[in-house]
Amino acid sequence: MRERFISGYNDFVIPFMAGMIFILVYLAVALLRLIFQLPARDRKKFFLSLLNPKILLKNLRDIVCDCLLHVKIFKRNPLLGYMHASIAFGWFMLIVIGHIEVFLFTPHRAKLLYYPIFFRFFVAETNETLGGGFFFFLMDFFLLVVLSGIALAMFKRIRSRALGMRRTTKLSFMDHIGLYALWSIFPLRLLAEGFTAGISGGSFLTASINKILPAFLSDPANILPTWWAYSIALGVFFFVMPFTRYMHIPTEVMMILFRNAGLKITHPRKGVAKTHVYTCASCGLCIDACPMGAEKINIKDATVYLTRQIKRGNEKRIKEISEKCLMCGKCTAICPVGLDATGLREAQRSLIDYPLKLDFASLPEQSPQKATGKVLYFAGCMTQLTPKIHRAMAGILDASGLKWEFMDKDGGICCGRPMMITGRKDEAMKLVEKNTSLIKSSGATVLLLSCPICYKIFKEEYRLSGIRVVHHTEFIDELIANGAVSVYYDPETTFVYHDPCELGRGCGVYEEPRRVVSAAGTLVKAGKERKESICCGGSLGSITLPFERRKAITEHSLHNLVVNDPDTIVTACPLCSSTFARYSDRPVQDIAEIINERLIKS
Amino acid sequence: MAIDFGFKLSPSSAINLDRLDTEAFNRLAELEPDVRKCISCGSCTATCTAGKFYDIGLRKILIYLQRGMEKEAIEMLEHCMLCGKCSMVCPRGLNTRHIVLSISSIYKKTEQ
Amino acid sequence: MNKNIVIIGGGPAGMEAASQLISLGYSPIIIEKTSSLGGHLARWDRLFPDREPAKDLLNELLVKLNGANVFYDSDIVSLNRLNDSYNVILSNGISILAQAVLIATGFNLFDARKKEEYGYGIYDKVITNADLESYFKDGFDERFNESEIKRIGFVHCVGSRDEKACNRQCSKVCCITALKQAIELKEKFPDSIIYCFYMDLRLFGRKYEDIYLSAQKDFGIRFIRGRVSEASEDIDGNVVIKAEDTLTGKPLKVTLDLLVLMAGMSANPAANKLAGMLSLAIDSDGFLQSYDNVAHIHRSRKKGIFYAGTCTGPKTLPETLSEARSAALDIHNYLKEQDSHGD
Repeated sequence: MRERFISGYNDFVIPFMAGMIFILVYLAVALLRLIFQLPARDRKKFFLSLLNPKILLKNLRDIVCDCLLHVKIFKRNPLLGYMHASIAFGWFMLIVIGHIEVFLFTPHRAKLLYYPIFFRFFVAETNETLGGGFFFFLMDFFLLVVLSGIALAMFKRIRSRALGMRRTTKLSFMDHIGLYALWSIFPLRLLAEGFTAGISGGSFLTASINKILPAFLSDPANILPTWWAYSIALGVFFFVMPFTRYMHIPTEVMMILFRNAGLKITHPRKGVAKTHVYTCASCGLCIDACPMGAEKINIKDATVYLTRQIKRGNEKRIKEISEKCLMCGKCTAICPVGLDATGLREAQRSLIDYPLKLDFASLPEQSPQKATGKVLYFAGCMTQLTPKIHRAMAGILDASGLKWEFMDKDGGICCGRPMMITGRKDEAMKLVEKNTSLIKSSGATVLLLSCPICYKIFKEEYRLSGIRVVHHTEFIDELIANGAVSVYYDPETTFVYHDPCELGRGCGVYEEPRRVVSAAGTLVKAGKERKESICCGGSLGSITLPFERRKAITEHSLHNLVVNDPDTIVTACPLCSSTFARYSDRPVQDIAEIINERLIKS
Repeated sequence: MAIDFGFKLSPSSAINLDRLDTEAFNRLAELEPDVRKCISCGSCTATCTAGKFYDIGLRKILIYLQRGMEKEAIEMLEHCMLCGKCSMVCPRGLNTRHIVLSISSIYKKTEQ
Repeated sequence: MNKNIVIIGGGPAGMEAASQLISLGYSPIIIEKTSSLGGHLARWDRLFPDREPAKDLLNELLVKLNGANVFYDSDIVSLNRLNDSYNVILSNGISILAQAVLIATGFNLFDARKKEEYGYGIYDKVITNADLESYFKDGFDERFNESEIKRIGFVHCVGSRDEKACNRQCSKVCCITALKQAIELKEKFPDSIIYCFYMDLRLFGRKYEDIYLSAQKDFGIRFIRGRVSEASEDIDGNVVIKAEDTLTGKPLKVTLDLLVLMAGMSANPAANKLAGMLSLAIDSDGFLQSYDNVAHIHRSRKKGIFYAGTCTGPKTLPETLSEARSAALDIHNYLKEQDSHGD
């Protein structure tokens, strides 16, 4: 390759260079601020994580899989995955190969930021560039990849359903500018390189364009304006980037680093929260995932709009969106970037000022029961209202021959999770402390829970050293496995299992309940299940969603459960069970009930 | 012209609706309209988790607030654990947890 | 007269309407889904306000019905309009071309198991108003031991006035039924203590207030203003219930040997099915919507389709019977008018 200009410069690079310098400075400042915003402990943890080879490897893998290849979207919908991966990975390869070309052919220009981008303008093909031919092909190939992605993206704007999306995000004004700039970059690049394909060489794409459109492309007066247009498109894109959803491209890297360092959202807006907010690519997958979408009125309360309102600082909407959410965590489960939507909302809720403080000082701390060496059964508030569940548990425990005590037969202290989820962590911890000392003073070795709401906070916040915390689905599974109880199996009876949000997505318990149900009868599948299970609508997570707005959610969830026409709906949460029973056309039972009914008494 | 009946009602023992300041309650009803739906059945008080340990009941709290007895209401409310059991049993489907949080955000404990 | 009138439902409303139509010279056809007539009335022991035996009324209705056509154990498979008539196809394969259809499908007794917190179907000593009537009729109930009954509780509004039970409406008859049953139990167990837990006592009918007074004064029934939030079982198998005594403002707990749940009236899904076939309007409470709610409760908005009884919402027996007579007369006038148009 031979250089066409001794100066190695043309004025048209100015828009690109201005944009590039702007964005680099912006990102550098943003990065420093971000790290500075972390609490000192988190900052230390973050830097240490960068020295840990295991975490580094994970960082690398996550960045390649999530940022470039979009593996998670591929798994969801291959076409949608291809759309994202083609643009991200294709563009990345264009940049990498561009740099390789510069290093190989014009190494003295390597320090110029614009040279790899506009390489084709500045060089001319010579006879001996066999290697160039190879690069021409690669560059054209990846340009084609990106262009196909852009074409799909345009198609998605018209028919999103073809890419597996029922609803898409309504873009903001700046997002539109960013979108059009992005869309125009690559067709302009194709056109610009089409001009120079005759001079600097090209492959199947650019060279063909050069031949197909000779009338336009042979006119040298058109060359510079096209390269200008290409450079302007890039410049505009970089200038608007911080104010658009495209900020997710650089932010996601930081989010991955923070996540792998084990950092959680603590401050509602700063540090880790900021990475989560800006990592949101506004893809809108959370809109379809949100169970509240059963009613159109709630569409604007999906996570994608929460992050947007946080970026805009619209406090009224932030509060509304944060308080309405059921906190089922489904959007987090399907989010291609793994945005912690419930953590983010919980943090926003913690901003609400409640002048009225709570007082639990006089609650008892000593357990009246002694359960030394025994199983301590904590039914929880909700299970008090579903006596069929705790009676079934009593039946199973008695049949197992284990020694056990009923901790809250006559009522107890709330586990604190319902308080925690409203963002009042300090108040919740007061309840946690009381229960902790109650349980410890009982002398029990196992704490058995029936309510997944309790289970989540017991697992995450309680410090019950030496006491095993277990949910009844796991416990029954063990009892069946070790032969402590035997169950009558009837293949004729069909069950569907509903994953309660707090047990499934909240605590990762998916297999045990399915094994237990399969021991009693035939387990059929729901439409969506496991991490994509649909909230029953009864969740305590929502603060403001009124009773009459929950029916549609419950019916939507029920509809999903009965696609294979099971005889009975089985769940493992008293709240889900009561909520479903209200509108279900078939029996709804807790997993403990179906086992207790089928116990084979020895 | 005031007529002298020869006796007076003691101010603390009677509720005078003529002098009731409804401003705060109206604000509460704006935040959570459900407060107007209560039929005082008492299910919430009966089922209340904190009720095992304290004198507390949402029914009473809502009545107190509507009768201008804010101090009494607030003293009860500060023991609420937000467990949501009352919302489960409420026959009118009141969003009891949001009512509690809304009261907590509007009313303050007055130090005496 | 060669007019076919189909009456759907062989309860008090359907029976009374049929007998009135017979006396007007028609031969109505009753479609009954069970194997006997009488509906809920046939399962009841005595009727408020005068505690007249239910079987007396039932016998009277049956006697007046003498000679009517009844299809037992029959469901409506399809029902559609054919010019000025309706083509009714039954599950036994018979099809009838009817000039008028009277819907008298009645109500469903609310399934008390849906109020899980009361433990019906879980605790033996929790029964419903219908169970209690059966007990009065048959003289026994295997779930409880008569000699142990000392403390009895009645829970009003079970599945009525309850959004959670998907029934917002008041069932109208439960308050007075509870008083009637409480008095009857007190007569049977004079040493027992009986509590009625209520939200509001709705004793609107003639003589109802007298019964209320008598329940207080003569029978010592104790009325507690508070809705029961939940029931549990103690070690001895007794039922412990929680409520708030809203008049003292204190939470209340009481141990009982028998808890009676006053299950209310909810819409009958059979009526909804018919409404679907004929595109009849259903009201927000799930019951059929009348032409209006004052003068034409027994009329639908579709020509030739009439209503009687609790298919249009909770009603007492006297209301149901009057409505059945109104409907019969209205059908008669309607058919006469059809005739004059036809001439």
